[in-house]
Amino acid sequence: MRDFDYARAGSRSDATARAGAGAQIIAGGTNLLDLMKLEVMAPEAVVDITRLDLHEISVVEGGGLRIGALVTNSDLAAHDVVRRDYALLSRALLSGATGQLRNKATTGGNLLQRTRCFYFYDTAMPCNKRDPGSGCHARDGFNRILAVLGTSDHCIATHPSDMAVALMALGASVEIEDAAGDVRQMPLNDFYRLPGDTPHIETVLEQGDLITAVLLPKPVAGRQIYRKVRDRSSYAFALVSVAAVVRMEDGKIASAALAFGGLAPKPWRNAKVESALTGKVPSDDLFGQAADILLADAVGFGANDFKIPLARRTLRAVLRQATEATQ
Amino acid sequence: MNQHLKMDRPQDDVIGTMAQGVIGTAAPRRDGPVKVTGQARYAAETGTGAEAVGVLVRATITKGRVTGMDSDAVRAMPGVLSVITDKRLLRNPAQGTANAAPVQDPGQVAYFGQPIALVVAETFEQARHAAQGLKVRYAAEEAVTDPFADTTEVERPEAKQTEQGDLDAAMTAAEFSVDSTYTTPAQNSAAMEPHASVAEWDGDRLTLHGSYQMVKYNRNELADSLGIDPANVRIRAPYVGGGFGSKLGIAPEAVAAAIAARDLGRAVRVVMSRPQVFEATMRRSGTRQRVRLAADADGRLTGIGHEARVSNLPDEAFSEPVTMATHFLYAGKNRKYAHEIARVHRTCAGSMRAPGEAVGMLALENAMDELAHAAGIDPVELRLRNIPDVHPENGKDYSSRRFADCLRDGAARFGWSARNPKPGQVRDGEWFIGMGVASAARGNILQESQARVILHADATATVETDMTDIGTGTYTILAQIAAEMLGLPLDSVSVRLGDTDFPPAAGSGGSWGAGSAGSAVFLACQKLRQSLADMLDTDPSELTLRDGTVTSSNTQQSLADLLSEDLTTIGHIEPGETSETMQHAGFGAHFAEVAVNAVTGESRVRRMLGVFSAGRILNEQTARSQCHGGMIFGIGAALTEDMVHDHRDGHIVNHNLAEYHIPVNLDIPQLDVVFLEERDAWANPLQSKGVGELGISGAGAAITNAIYNATGVRVRDYPATLDRVLPGLPDD
Repeated sequence: MRDFDYARAGSRSDATARAGAGAQIIAGGTNLLDLMKLEVMAPEAVVDITRLDLHEISVVEGGGLRIGALVTNSDLAAHDVVRRDYALLSRALLSGATGQLRNKATTGGNLLQRTRCFYFYDTAMPCNKRDPGSGCHARDGFNRILAVLGTSDHCIATHPSDMAVALMALGASVEIEDAAGDVRQMPLNDFYRLPGDTPHIETVLEQGDLITAVLLPKPVAGRQIYRKVRDRSSYAFALVSVAAVVRMEDGKIASAALAFGGLAPKPWRNAKVESALTGKVPSDDLFGQAADILLADAVGFGANDFKIPLARRTLRAVLRQATEATQ
Repeated sequence: MNQHLKMDRPQDDVIGTMAQGVIGTAAPRRDGPVKVTGQARYAAETGTGAEAVGVLVRATITKGRVTGMDSDAVRAMPGVLSVITDKRLLRNPAQGTANAAPVQDPGQVAYFGQPIALVVAETFEQARHAAQGLKVRYAAEEAVTDPFADTTEVERPEAKQTEQGDLDAAMTAAEFSVDSTYTTPAQNSAAMEPHASVAEWDGDRLTLHGSYQMVKYNRNELADSLGIDPANVRIRAPYVGGGFGSKLGIAPEAVAAAIAARDLGRAVRVVMSRPQVFEATMRRSGTRQRVRLAADADGRLTGIGHEARVSNLPDEAFSEPVTMATHFLYAGKNRKYAHEIARVHRTCAGSMRAPGEAVGMLALENAMDELAHAAGIDPVELRLRNIPDVHPENGKDYSSRRFADCLRDGAARFGWSARNPKPGQVRDGEWFIGMGVASAARGNILQESQARVILHADATATVETDMTDIGTGTYTILAQIAAEMLGLPLDSVSVRLGDTDFPPAAGSGGSWGAGSAGSAVFLACQKLRQSLADMLDTDPSELTLRDGTVTSSNTQQSLADLLSEDLTTIGHIEPGETSETMQHAGFGAHFAEVAVNAVTGESRVRRMLGVFSAGRILNEQTARSQCHGGMIFGIGAALTEDMVHDHRDGHIVNHNLAEYHIPVNLDIPQLDVVFLEERDAWANPLQSKGVGELGISGAGAAITNAIYNATGVRVRDYPATLDRVLPGLPDD
């Protein structure tokens, strides 16, 4: 760990003013501190925002939920309204990490957690995400946990979050305050960037930006499912995960929102998959077609080839469960 | 005033005739409260906090020479005291019981991640940052890292290529046969406590507070590494947070700490990070194993072949003894063994819990399951039919062996008769359900050990030996033995361990600790009983000692009244002829019920039973915990644990506990452990056998056999992660 300046932000504007070049905002620190110890990340300054007033979960007038950026994963998962109206989110949160980590990790921080790519974590290895231009050692290396969608020649990392996959299916937006004090919102899907030739830039956040909240739209009707496939029962990142909100009407799929984890550098959502399902009578054939669309451009790199059939099978199972008649 | 026994003859049961009634009972671990309240001081926690702190620097090439490093730049960094590249630094830990220095000279790199220097600073953070920043120049050389490539050179030690009869002919003539190849991956012990040492010198005398399993050997290894007299080295390891073999031999951090402390004239602490534990201590070798079984129409084995390839660094004597249990477990006239060692530039391979059996029995017991299926014979029955009368290769008798009872008793308790022999038939919703069985066997060993027992004038006792307690229960068991023999309440016996100033014991390893060190305590107590009998002018067999009271024929008095001074004895056990004349082993049977997800191929163990015959059980609770731990290792081996080496440079890719998947609580279902009543007069005077490694032996195979029963998918490459099961599952 390199020496760094530490400042506790007294206000949002104080935080955004301090979050300039070379600075990192810290909240729970469950990922950042590990990366700093390994010198995978070496900020010159750390801006502690944990005292800011961003700990609230509130119901928005007209429906929807506003989740402060500092709400812990544990508190969010346990919140009454989340459990009732956005059960998918609770399940995704509780499938991630461990109780200790969830007590510490925050909503904003969870969105920004870095990939678990082995080669990103080992500073002796080339990695375009950690050290732009150094190359990608994962592509031809041990890539079992890495991405099959949205990759580039420069990076095949996966985004590790469960929470973000659920938020993606729930149509969440991110609220950001910039150094000028302006506040903007954007759909989570637009928040993340694909690696392209700049895999070190993972989101649209600019210097001085502070995530202040995550916004959920009015609860949508339908069955909510989060299914996570992993190597052990707990404390393992998703090999594949599927978040689904599916509403049935008259035996047909009235709407389907689907997001995927473990497959891509960002929580993955593909509108074509959803439109292929909408208005259709559920069937195994239909689910297979949806999987075909999802995985049309999927490319494996050897050890992670299995993710393609695994994603297909998992999606079909989730859709079967989501569309089956209530017992 | 010593009591010595060389184990040349079977021993009558003495401790079983005592009156105190604490031996064998489930006495809770006496180190438990101090551990969970943070009062037990582990190696890294010793000292005052004023110690300098060292961090090891890793090589970032696979093979070659260090040609230079920018030490001066690092020395100029805040707090940095020294950059040590002393030629005495270790390449890797000593092998278990080596008793001498391992390969030294950090300038010669033999694997990626090898320690090549120690950076010492005032604080841990300063040392770590400086170590990370040290620029090193190398002359890199080509390195072979793949043990299984066709081009990799292998050694074939002559003594380990053995043959009896004609296996090829037996295979040809067999009614049923199996010829399968299995692989097991590299593994790491992943003990909770990382390797750590605090070294301090007083003149020429070195004291090392370390996390070690066998301090008697470690002292000599450390002294030899440093080039000093072992008499000037004291090692203390009163608490060890798990070892599993990874702390058998002196490791790089200890020697580095000692050198640095000497150079700087102050105490130095070196603690390995988790990635360093993975890279720079010991791995369990990956293996490739071909197993051949030939059987007649009744499923009786006519031949067994077990041929293995393992790997290690050049110049390492250890090689994973894969076929250990295969030699003595099953009958079969025609037998063939092969043992190949690939010399590769990967992290050093050494002993990890049940070296040999832990991986060898995965393959052997899978092959037995394959044979049972081929022959249409129940897997329990097949095993029962193939239990030999005597050792099938050397004709020795077994010292004790309730192997058949373990299989039968386990089958009855587990509800084995409900198993559908046809794979893929039982569903519970989205899950396939299957049952599997595997045998357990692990050689039992007695090692020379000494222990001092002081019977104090106030009728309390102290046990002192350099034996360690690595979480196994040594403190508790030795107290039970002394309390039983001397007729004292358990609380009246204190036990002091893990200090080379105490009489030398076998140390923790090979499952021999309790039996060996315990026998030394037993012998010392026997001598003390003799002394008490002498005082009363009677024979020890006439004495009844209980709760501090001495009863002899028609007199009774308190032990404290009888004693006018402390009595001190040393007990000394040595293995003898019984080790040679009999085949010694613990036996057992594992039963597992496993659910395999029909969609994803995820396998989850639903319940598991182990039935064991391991001689006298010295402590019902610690023995059970040992078996639980072994079975959990088995679950990890079967389903999750896989230390991956990069195919290009051999470096360990997943060197942390987030990505090297040991089982978590949720992976562990109800585990039942049953000990069958047994005594082994040939093993030691306690008539006990080891349990620390018996529980892992075969455990994983019961799980993969259950996966086969559940799905019809035979995974021959461990671990059975979902990507290895998925291709064999029906289209959902």
